[in-house]
Amino acid sequence: MTDYLVEMRGIHIEGRTDETWMPIIKGVDLTLKRGEVMGLIGESGAGKSTLGLAAMGFCRDGVRISGGSVKFDGIDLLAASAEKKRQLLGKRIAYVAQSAAASFNPAHQLIDQHTEAPVQHGVMSRTESEADAVRLYEKLRLPRPKEIGFRYPHQVSGGQLQRAMTAMAMSCRPDLIIFDEPTTALDVTTQIEVLAAIREIVDEFDTAAIYITHDLAVVAQMADRVKVLLKGDEVEENETREMLSNPQQDYTKSLWAVREFKRPAKPAPATDATPVVSVQGVTAAYGKVDVLHDVSFDIHQGRTVAVVGESGSGKSTTARVITGLLPPRLGQIELDGEALPLDYRKRSKDQLRQVQMIYQMADTALNPRKTIGEIIGRPVEFYGGLKGRAKRDRVAELLEEIELPAKQYLDRLPSELSGGQKQRIGIARALAAEPKFIICDEVTSALDQLVAEGILRLLARLQDNLKLSYMFITHDLATVRSIADEVVVMKDGEVVEQGPKPEMFQPPHHPYTDLLLSSVPEMDPDWLTNLLHERGVENIGDAAMQKMD
Amino acid sequence: MHPVLKIILQRLALGLVTLFVVSIVIFTAVNMLPGDFAQAILGQGATPEAVDAIRRDLGLDQPPVTRYLQWLSGALQGDLGNSFAQANFASFVGADSGVRTTVAQQIAPRFENTMFLAGVTAAIAVPFAVTLGILAALYRNSVFDKAANIGTLTSISSPEFFVAYILILFLAVLNPMLPSLSNIYEGMPFSERLEKTLLPALTLTLVVTAHMMRMTRAAILNLMASPYIEMARLKGVKPIRVIVRHALPNALAPIINVVALNLAYLITGVVVVEVVFVYPGIGQLFVDSVKIRDIPVVQACCLIFAAAYILLNLTADILSIVSNPRLRHPK
Amino acid sequence: MSAWLWIVALLAGSLAVGWLGRFAAQKATGNKPVYRDMPLAVAFGYALGVALLALAVWYYFQPTVQETGVANAGVMFFRWAVHGFFGFAVAAWLFRLLGRSLGTAASRKLFRQMPLTAAFGILVIIIYAVTAIFAGLLAPHGQAEVFAQANIVPGGNPALGGNPDFPLGTDQIGRDILSRLIYGAQNTVGIAFATTLIAFFLGGSLGFLAATLRGWMDQLLSRAVDVLMAIPSLIFSLLLITVASAWVSGFGLTVAMVLIIAVIDSTRVFRLARAVGMNIVVMDYIEAAKLRGEGLPYLIFKEILPNATAPLLAEFGLRFCFVFLTISALSFLGLGIQPPLADWGTMVKDLSAFINYAGFAPLAASVPLLAAGAIALLTVAVNFVVDWMLQRSSGLKE
Repeated sequence: MTDYLVEMRGIHIEGRTDETWMPIIKGVDLTLKRGEVMGLIGESGAGKSTLGLAAMGFCRDGVRISGGSVKFDGIDLLAASAEKKRQLLGKRIAYVAQSAAASFNPAHQLIDQHTEAPVQHGVMSRTESEADAVRLYEKLRLPRPKEIGFRYPHQVSGGQLQRAMTAMAMSCRPDLIIFDEPTTALDVTTQIEVLAAIREIVDEFDTAAIYITHDLAVVAQMADRVKVLLKGDEVEENETREMLSNPQQDYTKSLWAVREFKRPAKPAPATDATPVVSVQGVTAAYGKVDVLHDVSFDIHQGRTVAVVGESGSGKSTTARVITGLLPPRLGQIELDGEALPLDYRKRSKDQLRQVQMIYQMADTALNPRKTIGEIIGRPVEFYGGLKGRAKRDRVAELLEEIELPAKQYLDRLPSELSGGQKQRIGIARALAAEPKFIICDEVTSALDQLVAEGILRLLARLQDNLKLSYMFITHDLATVRSIADEVVVMKDGEVVEQGPKPEMFQPPHHPYTDLLLSSVPEMDPDWLTNLLHERGVENIGDAAMQKMD
Repeated sequence: MHPVLKIILQRLALGLVTLFVVSIVIFTAVNMLPGDFAQAILGQGATPEAVDAIRRDLGLDQPPVTRYLQWLSGALQGDLGNSFAQANFASFVGADSGVRTTVAQQIAPRFENTMFLAGVTAAIAVPFAVTLGILAALYRNSVFDKAANIGTLTSISSPEFFVAYILILFLAVLNPMLPSLSNIYEGMPFSERLEKTLLPALTLTLVVTAHMMRMTRAAILNLMASPYIEMARLKGVKPIRVIVRHALPNALAPIINVVALNLAYLITGVVVVEVVFVYPGIGQLFVDSVKIRDIPVVQACCLIFAAAYILLNLTADILSIVSNPRLRHPK
Repeated sequence: MSAWLWIVALLAGSLAVGWLGRFAAQKATGNKPVYRDMPLAVAFGYALGVALLALAVWYYFQPTVQETGVANAGVMFFRWAVHGFFGFAVAAWLFRLLGRSLGTAASRKLFRQMPLTAAFGILVIIIYAVTAIFAGLLAPHGQAEVFAQANIVPGGNPALGGNPDFPLGTDQIGRDILSRLIYGAQNTVGIAFATTLIAFFLGGSLGFLAATLRGWMDQLLSRAVDVLMAIPSLIFSLLLITVASAWVSGFGLTVAMVLIIAVIDSTRVFRLARAVGMNIVVMDYIEAAKLRGEGLPYLIFKEILPNATAPLLAEFGLRFCFVFLTISALSFLGLGIQPPLADWGTMVKDLSAFINYAGFAPLAASVPLLAAGAIALLTVAVNFVVDWMLQRSSGLKE
């Protein structure tokens, strides 16, 4: 007799690729007591979601549990009939998916989907369940709880949908909820409200939960215990506080250490120095709608300016204006004190050479049909005029620069490289033009933390050696902390605040900067509690934004 | 105005404009005929009066724009001009010879026949194909799915006349169950008419079903892979309810689209099949008229085919707009 | 009516057997999950499948000659079909085995992953290509050569009215059918191939241009294509061929048909090329190349085209099938490839009357079906290969 709610022993899971079964999970144990929250953490491909679904006795298409046992409250889920499992799902075990927008059926109102499980499982009548839904919506602080249920999913915002989905999971008061990266797709300020709502409701009903995420800081707020996975194997498991303060395994330590990479502060540039790039009073529009309003900032030699903001703030549009892809309606761009033609087609070859770009998605930034040698060789030839042997040597030199051995990589295709390696090729291509200024558009956000840290270190080293200037577009404030010299905060196409990094991370701030900075989860397990306390419970997220306006 | 209504009106207007431009294209094409065309139709022995008569009939003595406007206004009133045909077509029973028949007179009964054939085909093919498509999607990668894949690919690849002759061989010649000639006439009892239409309808069914089934399967597979279906299953909803309540409302738009697109495809198929079975429909009339260069009939048939094609595509468009919850319930 | 009764009985029987079978399997295996969770519909499906298979085997072993002495043509046709099916399956299997052990490492790997259907498709395409290219050497007689004896029965048995010189007999004006079938490969396939090439060149180049340049040029071309696509292609080509037939005849008309179909079909190619081009144009690597200052030719030929080859190749296969079927349909209607060129569509039309004699002369009836089957076989083959290519490329994306 065990007192575990969930008991998974020796779980092996395989996935099918090209008619062969490859292992995804290689013998992992997982136990969970009633009312306990377990954080599952790992990089992409670690098998977190697969393991989470397996706790429900569920496998996606093309995936199978090949060994081990899953017991839920003493019931063997792998041996149970489909019908028996169906009666448990939704009623005693619930699931909250990563993308609420895709996981709500677009054809039905929220309330119809909310009441489906209780009615179908015979837990409540439709009327009872509707009334209960309103109570849950209130608890989760959804606006207008009485009416919001009668909306269709596309009529509700992402953060609210995610809370509605948590309410739906709660509809039968399950013993266990699996949260599968519920806040990954959300902006930081929205993430806070969802995290707070989830934690509160899980506490209140004493529900056990498995919380899957790749974000250490998030898991620190949510979980009682943390399990770290790496490529289908368990690395270690411990109490959250213990794990954070005293990780045992090298891999866990390196994960924790990522957060500690910080560049020493540079001396401020001379006041009379000409900035490498100067954005002056730029107003730009897509069609007739202005998306940038009077944006100005300077970037000096050898310095990194981080442009920060949430999605839709106009960060990437600013980059398009600087590169000349989107000629602004008003304002101008100066390079070394000289105005650049607004349209890239009108710029000279040398002007184009000076401004290079590194993209977020290395997959779409490299032509999949060209070898690495061709990709890096083209700008060498195009700008430098090098051919044959000289070109080959230069490419090899560039590959050494980005820490990839030339011999092995010259003739490979991008598809044969890992995500981090692809991003390095993107950097080498930009370097090949020998530019003064490089725009880095969310270059680390598609990468796992360890890999991202490597890229950041590489960029920092290159900057020191080559005196490069960077404009670093990101939504991740941890990245800003580690690499930026100056920070520009943007919101709705306007610069809200700008200044040197040390100042920007010290109060007082513009209220938006404050909200943004304080919303970034920290590794401290008490951070969320303290923050909520500071802001006042009703003053999180939406409410804070409204107050500010 | 409700946004859906606005979009629908826009589509309708677009459809009308397309039809208008298509009519210009058809008219222009016909006007690329050489100048002595009237002579060519009637042959060397024609009297100058007869040639003149045809010229006037075609309106060759007037400028093209005037001719087009006359033709268009006539067409709008149901007057598609006079047929050149001096004699009856071998397959056409009932009309008297010697007298000039109008295009409308020729087309009307045949149009009805073709609609009957298309209707019978649709009645068999649509439920059959949609059911098979859904089954193939639900039991993906099973033996049934693989067999269906090979079967439909083969059916799509076969020319209509191959399918037709195979059916004739087995259902009419070797096992005389159904007639291989569809000599339909007016006032025929319904059951007999249905019997004679069955073989051409089966041929078309086989051809259309394959396309329709593959597209239905693809649409459903796409749908079943969506997160909200997984969510429904993870809520412990019964399998049948997952399909009826969660998949079907969203599958409606793609399925309607598939059905309409394939009914439009029938238009091309009908020509060959009617010729094989000597079915007195508009397709056969079209081919016969092409052979004897009965220009007014060819022109009119072309316009009707194009109109039907545009109309079906338009219907598909509008129905999928109406069945989209995002458009029906705007923010 | 009894046929319907049989069908209903078969379905009901399958349902009963399916239910019983599942029940028995549950009992026998101690409620194994496979049988326990099997829906009745699936059990029914298995039962029905087995019943149909048994029926087919039973029919296959029926005597080919009835007790009355008359040939049982249905059984004969069925046996031919079964032999053809298994013959091709074995040939494709051997072909794939050959491909796995010969050639470069890359080609061997390709054959290892190849499903049987695709191997069958490639084999058939090779056979057709060889036949088409060497038709002059393979055919015993000329395609337009007229012999004294018309309507010789196929089979080559003089006792039954055949002639060993003409194994498939002669047609209604005394041309050797076997030779015409072989030349048909050259004419029908060759003309369809040429038409597809023209359509691709036209639609492909315009499509990529529209995708890269955008603006008014794209608008103009796209609207024109919209209008042309609003007229069903077979109908539109028939209309234009009518017009063309007033200007030219014979071989000239065949050329006109090729051009007409090529233009009409190029609209479909345009759509695809434009869509594929648009998908590639929005990629960051194109933006990077633009910002580098690259010119239009470099963009199209070095950056876009190499990435468009896979979908374009698949589309080429599908387009070829479509063009091939359209030309065959036109020829069947008497408005396609003009005599004296031998062509399968025309042959089906000319010989179709023989099908009605299938009851007592199955061989004669099989000739028009052979020509129609030749069309179907090639399109099936191309479709199988394209299907495989599409699955491969979609699998690579994941």
